[in-house]
Amino acid sequence: MSTRADTPTCTDTPTRAHRDPDSRAWFGVAVVRNSWRALTSMRTALVLLFLLAVAAFPGALLPQRSLNRNLVDQYFADYPAIAPVLNDLGFFDVFAAPWFAAIYLLLMVSLVGCVLPRTVEHASALRAMPVATPRNLERLPHHGTAVLDAGLDEAAGRVRGRLKGWRVREEDDGAGRTFSAEKGYVREAGNLVFHLSLIGLLVGFAAGKLFGYEGQVIVASGGGQFCNTGILGYDSFRAGLRVDGTDLAPFCVRVDDFRAEYLPNGQAESFDASLGYQSTEDLEAGRVDEWRYFPLAVNNPLRLEGNRVYLLGHGYAPRFTVTFPDGQQRTGDVQWRPVDQVTLLSEGATKFERPGVTDDEQRRTTQLAVTGLLAPTTSGGDLVTSVFPALRDPEVAIDVLRGDLGLDDGRGQSIFQVDRAKVDSGELVRVARANLLPGQATTLDDGTVVRFDGVREWVSIQVSHDPGQNAVLVFAVLMLAGLGLSLSIRRRRFWARLTSVDGGGTAVEIGGLARTDRAGYGEEFDRLRADLLQTPEKDA
Amino acid sequence: MLTEFALYSDRLFMAAVGVYVLAMILHGLEFARERSENALLVGAGGPPTPEPPAPAPLPPARPATAPRVRADRFGRMAVALIVLGVGLHIVSIVLRGVSAERWPLGNMYEFTSMICLTAVVTWLVVLRRSPAMRPVGLFVLLPVVILLFLGGTVLYAQAAPVVPALRSYWLVVHVTTISLSSGLLLVPGTASLLFLLRRSGRFASLAQRLPGADVLDRLAYRTTIIAFPLYTFGVITGAIWAEAAWGRFWGWDPKETVAFVAWVIYAAYLHARATAGWRTGSAAWINVAGFSMIIFNLFFINMVIAGLHSYAGLG
Ligand code: HEM
Repeated sequence: MSTRADTPTCTDTPTRAHRDPDSRAWFGVAVVRNSWRALTSMRTALVLLFLLAVAAFPGALLPQRSLNRNLVDQYFADYPAIAPVLNDLGFFDVFAAPWFAAIYLLLMVSLVGCVLPRTVEHASALRAMPVATPRNLERLPHHGTAVLDAGLDEAAGRVRGRLKGWRVREEDDGAGRTFSAEKGYVREAGNLVFHLSLIGLLVGFAAGKLFGYEGQVIVASGGGQFCNTGILGYDSFRAGLRVDGTDLAPFCVRVDDFRAEYLPNGQAESFDASLGYQSTEDLEAGRVDEWRYFPLAVNNPLRLEGNRVYLLGHGYAPRFTVTFPDGQQRTGDVQWRPVDQVTLLSEGATKFERPGVTDDEQRRTTQLAVTGLLAPTTSGGDLVTSVFPALRDPEVAIDVLRGDLGLDDGRGQSIFQVDRAKVDSGELVRVARANLLPGQATTLDDGTVVRFDGVREWVSIQVSHDPGQNAVLVFAVLMLAGLGLSLSIRRRRFWARLTSVDGGGTAVEIGGLARTDRAGYGEEFDRLRADLLQTPEKDA
Repeated sequence: MLTEFALYSDRLFMAAVGVYVLAMILHGLEFARERSENALLVGAGGPPTPEPPAPAPLPPARPATAPRVRADRFGRMAVALIVLGVGLHIVSIVLRGVSAERWPLGNMYEFTSMICLTAVVTWLVVLRRSPAMRPVGLFVLLPVVILLFLGGTVLYAQAAPVVPALRSYWLVVHVTTISLSSGLLLVPGTASLLFLLRRSGRFASLAQRLPGADVLDRLAYRTTIIAFPLYTFGVITGAIWAEAAWGRFWGWDPKETVAFVAWVIYAAYLHARATAGWRTGSAAWINVAGFSMIIFNLFFINMVIAGLHSYAGLG
């Protein structure tokens, strides 16, 4: 029976009868038409869906550059033989790979080619009358007959009344009355909404990829500021394909305070930052001295016009004061980075130049770096480790290096490390090693004093801009609504033929057919039968 | 006080698993009995001479009835035990929430427990509507028990508060709907697998006792069309949460990617159901593939591949 059910195929349906057979003579058109038909056929869509799933899968199994560059490098180190091959094939950037794009674009074309004609068809089906009553209702999957003790008009009235909510076509066929009725048009509407929304969702997603950006920056707690004025302000920045960073919407934030709460076992319980901010309007209106307050937290981003500001992480910046033999002082408190996410043991390198030195040669022998580990809550042993992530009892274990830091080499260097090559070549020499508590100092051979003053906290924030995301949300909700309708509603047909019988009374014959998946029309039909025929006869 | 609740929760969890295992054994006995009944039927099908003087109209019924009744009794007991197991299971999850003072879906142990509860409850609903399905119970319980066992051992995590990233009402919406839909999908996954078994003609002695292929197929389809929109909703709410927690609504994090793959596979299932020639056999394979992806996401992605979802309470 399933062949009768109108399956939502696109061009799986036989060639439409109204096509002029002569046009087939034009071979080229036929080829194009046939391949179009093949592309928009249900079977192709199915194959493409399957391919899409298969193609996305390596994106979960293999490290992806867009997520974590280091893991990709690690993979290269671990599998030197196959990594370059995978790389050439785009397996470390699956979602930007041409083959991935090819699959979803074909799928989209197939979808459009399938859905647009169906939308037109559905629009006309909405206006059309239900199909005429088949001659032989017995052949239908649902069927019933009875002779009612009522006149033709009364019986017809009863059928009419029972078919409220159905689209009904009632006809006089000479011998009696026929009804043909159909219900569940919303199923197809839901189905179309679902598929069209899918396209909308993809367009919104693409817009985000083209015009969006994402930047991270570290800001010191206790008054550090950041303004979204250009790419250079960021520590890292990922620009959409159409973003060159020249017209970011300007706004400023200031991190006034940061608080982290931990459970006794060191697990983080909450992170909160008190933020001051100035929106684009504030800046344009010249209100540069006023700061609005916002409680920034994980799961609670600051939402500005077009931009969102997130609290991503936090860490510590030890503060060192170097007193040179001539009495001059320099203070540094750059951020160090956590090496252990549980105890927040951190590492870093705070770099100094001796003030007043102008001679290049001399500069390159007197630069200082304070490197090592910072424990927010020290274990207290000789070997400094951290036992708790909060700043309870900080201690640093530092090496002081002197010499050429390589700052003039023109190569960018990590703010967290010294240039290893300089150490290996002997241009940078360790001149002291010490464990310091706040306030303690160590003195170098030339009388320079390095003091550990204390620790400041920093937070890393992310600024995100995605002009497509509202559209994506709207389409996602529409998609879900369409999906719900198309899966919960059944398109079904019902027919009745009423004929007067000789000895008075009316013979009623009814039949039903579910147009979509066979499941579930039976019970409803049973109810219709019971109501109309008053015979709880079992469904044939 | 609260740690006590956690202890009770753990014990009830174990009790529930034990009861499910018992139910499985009873279901197994039900199978075995039916087999011996068949054997007897074969014997009784021979010359009716060795009949004891029984009521004449039903000669072969006697020897056959007793095992059948017993098999039926085993089956009923199994179902009763499943109901009991569900009760224990529910209380275990509730106490977990009480002891941790939060929604009890904050790590993989709790998540797995919820998936299994949903699967079993779904199964009871199916049974209520079509009691003839009962022999399938064994095959629903089998993956449930395996998952619960892994959940209670490899994935187990102490009742504790969750990390800041999980402190959001979206936890309730997202993880609940995802676990409900995953649990629901276990039933069609099993049904499709049994459908394939039934059609393949192998393990005939086993397969014969299962409901007909079309019944299994319908069960798979009907449950999938309820679970799939729910799963879609779960993924969408995940994206909404990700927008608030991670700064973007979609970033192809491994868990997101596999969620996407599973979603596409279920979409393909629904399409296959509507395509001539794919409606049954291939569709069933696709459904099995879909559920494999759900399980893959649960275990492999959490345990082997690090991603943003990896605060799941391991390590
Ligand atoms: C696009 C975004 C997201 C998608 C597609 C997504 C998808 C999923 C899926 C498919 C699962 C079930 C996986 C399994 O079987 O283990 C899951 C579980 C879970 N998700 Fe999400 N999710 C998203 C965002 C989030 C966010 C932002 C959070 C919290 C910050 C989150 C927290 C969880 C938790 C706690 C679980 C259950 C335990 C676990 O397996 O880790 N999800 N998510």
